[in-house]
Amino acid sequence: MSSIHPDQLTAQRLAGIARGVTGGHGGEPGSGDGTLIETPEQRAPLVLNNRSFKEVTDIICGYAENSPPRWWLPIFGLVSTIAGLGGALIGYLVITGIGTWGMSNQVDWAWDITNFVFWIGIGHAGTLISAILCLLKQKWRTAVNRSAEAMTIFAVICAATFPGIHIGRQWMAWMLFPIPNYNAIWPNFRSPLLWDVFAVSTYGTVSLLFWYMGMIPDFATLRDRADRRLRANPEGGAVLLPFLPIRIDALRAYIYGFLALGWRFSGRHWHRYEAAYLVLAGISTPLVLSVHSIVSFDFATSILPGWHTTIFPPYFVAGAIFGGFAMVLLLLIPARELYPNMKDFLTLRHLENMAKIILVTGMMVGFAYSMEFFIAWYGGNEYELFCFKNRAVGPYWWAYWTMISCNVLSPQVFWFKAMRTSPIVIFIVSFLVTIGMWFERFVIIVTSLHRTFLPGEWHMFSPTFVDIGIFVGSCGVFLTLFLLFMRFLPMFAMAELKAVLPQASPHHHDDGHEHPTGHNGHHGGKH
Amino acid sequence: MSTPMYVTESGEAIHGIMAEFATPADLYHAAEKIRDAGYSKWDTYSPFPVHGMEGAMGFPRTILPLLVAVGGLSGACLGFLMQWWMSSVDYQLLVQGKPFGNFTDGGWQAFIPITFECGILFAAFTSLIGMLALNGLPRWNHPLMKKERFLSSSDDRLFVCIEAADRNFHPDRTRALLEGAGATSIELVED
Repeated sequence: MSSIHPDQLTAQRLAGIARGVTGGHGGEPGSGDGTLIETPEQRAPLVLNNRSFKEVTDIICGYAENSPPRWWLPIFGLVSTIAGLGGALIGYLVITGIGTWGMSNQVDWAWDITNFVFWIGIGHAGTLISAILCLLKQKWRTAVNRSAEAMTIFAVICAATFPGIHIGRQWMAWMLFPIPNYNAIWPNFRSPLLWDVFAVSTYGTVSLLFWYMGMIPDFATLRDRADRRLRANPEGGAVLLPFLPIRIDALRAYIYGFLALGWRFSGRHWHRYEAAYLVLAGISTPLVLSVHSIVSFDFATSILPGWHTTIFPPYFVAGAIFGGFAMVLLLLIPARELYPNMKDFLTLRHLENMAKIILVTGMMVGFAYSMEFFIAWYGGNEYELFCFKNRAVGPYWWAYWTMISCNVLSPQVFWFKAMRTSPIVIFIVSFLVTIGMWFERFVIIVTSLHRTFLPGEWHMFSPTFVDIGIFVGSCGVFLTLFLLFMRFLPMFAMAELKAVLPQASPHHHDDGHEHPTGHNGHHGGKH
Repeated sequence: MSTPMYVTESGEAIHGIMAEFATPADLYHAAEKIRDAGYSKWDTYSPFPVHGMEGAMGFPRTILPLLVAVGGLSGACLGFLMQWWMSSVDYQLLVQGKPFGNFTDGGWQAFIPITFECGILFAAFTSLIGMLALNGLPRWNHPLMKKERFLSSSDDRLFVCIEAADRNFHPDRTRALLEGAGATSIELVED
């Protein structure tokens, strides 16, 4: 009788989640490093090094249970300080007024709305990975969906801040929602700005539900591990603080146990869980497409040249996915280098797939840029044509060409396999794309507003330190939340990862000896 | 259960018999055998959803998608009614000469995005809450969780538990069935 966790030796070596614990590369199919190879029957495995179920649990729970790597605390201190300074600037803004920003009566949307669209766009990759790739049965998503969903939620938090503080009288932000107020007036449901309130809040809520539902089984795993350690060692164990003798494992069992809602890995529960997951993926797919479409309505339903175009919804959605994947890669490539054993789950194949998505969506965005110019010329509207010429050669030409070089030119390196399988190249391109996508929103918003119909309204926009500081602060908030996520929550969807291991298939060839992953390669994916 | 049918030697009520299986394939085939033996109050436990297990355990389709459809449509209807009532019944606010949203003036078109978002929101809540409710969760305690061995089902072990409340349950025959299905270890679970 073969056992499903025979590799006791590896498991023991793994106890410290030490670097350099590897299985054999020996009988592994594919290219070994996880990149795609050409023969379809010999797909590169989704998890490298023939990891057993137990190893998957030990490694991934280890990220949340062991003390964090040495770099974690300094970086956390830095980014949370930045977040705090950003928060202080928001306080200054609320006390003083939005005159502290560089906006004027003409350029009345500027950095803040740029930041809003930038962050909400970044969120889209998470839902794309968790919903659309789930429906398309792209099993490689299991390695990235948890962190991408986390990133989505943190990006939505950053995004929602900006319209909230932009309204001027921030203490009246609740009037964005249909809550009865003392004037008995309801919000204007015919305004795209209100559609946006509903779209973004629905998006944030549904993403949170999706993320939480995916984590329920993994919370249960963390709970059971803490529980087993407590049973094995009823008296001892690490305590929270020397003067606060709460045992950490008791705290873990309590908190993770509460969040796991009593999940017990039952087949009946899994059956409904999978149905619910699929349904959530199904309803999130139109949601993710709708959210950035509705954000684009904020612009497209106005009559301003440069905003009043029908291409905006698909163009914004493609741009959002583009920028979102860049941010996923920006976060995961360093994490993959810094955390031991993470490369087994987050292989080059995953990076390559995401690089391809960046290439495709970058081309879509490039197509949209050129189509805007074409329609400006072909439509014969002189104001429209002026607006677009002004973007390319006007006072903000540098912003426009930064956008073009970062978003359209830089991803072209991914035509070459050597480039899209090189983490450092992918990281650099992702960084450029993130900058380019910020400039895209800046170009759309500021260049359209700074030259409107009457020359008397022409103004330039330049940011103040409050503008810049609040944006940098929002990056700090985003990274702080992501570091906390990496420290305390299961960074990979363990249950899903185990389900795509070859030995998880009930039809897996069991050779009858102690070799749970077999040598027949990955064929869990065929079912 | 007020009067348990089976008790252990020390007099504790029996929840059921728990058996461990070595591989997902063994668990799958054991599930088919237990299903064919006519049991109804039993369950498999695996750290991940085993592909095709709903067939091996003989589940009917879950009604969850139907619930989600009802939830989503109710949300969409409520969202639409809210906008219509607020904009064209309770307080008609004239903005830029746009129609109020009486069904004859075409103003309903502006209500579609929020109607859609409300539908999605309600559908998402229905799918999570519905899944938990159909599964009888949250339930933070369970007889199986007292078994330390069972806790490794969240790591790498695979179990079957047949409950004593099942009308086909018999301490010896059920045990024999599990043994015949290839269980690597079998033990009683106290209630």
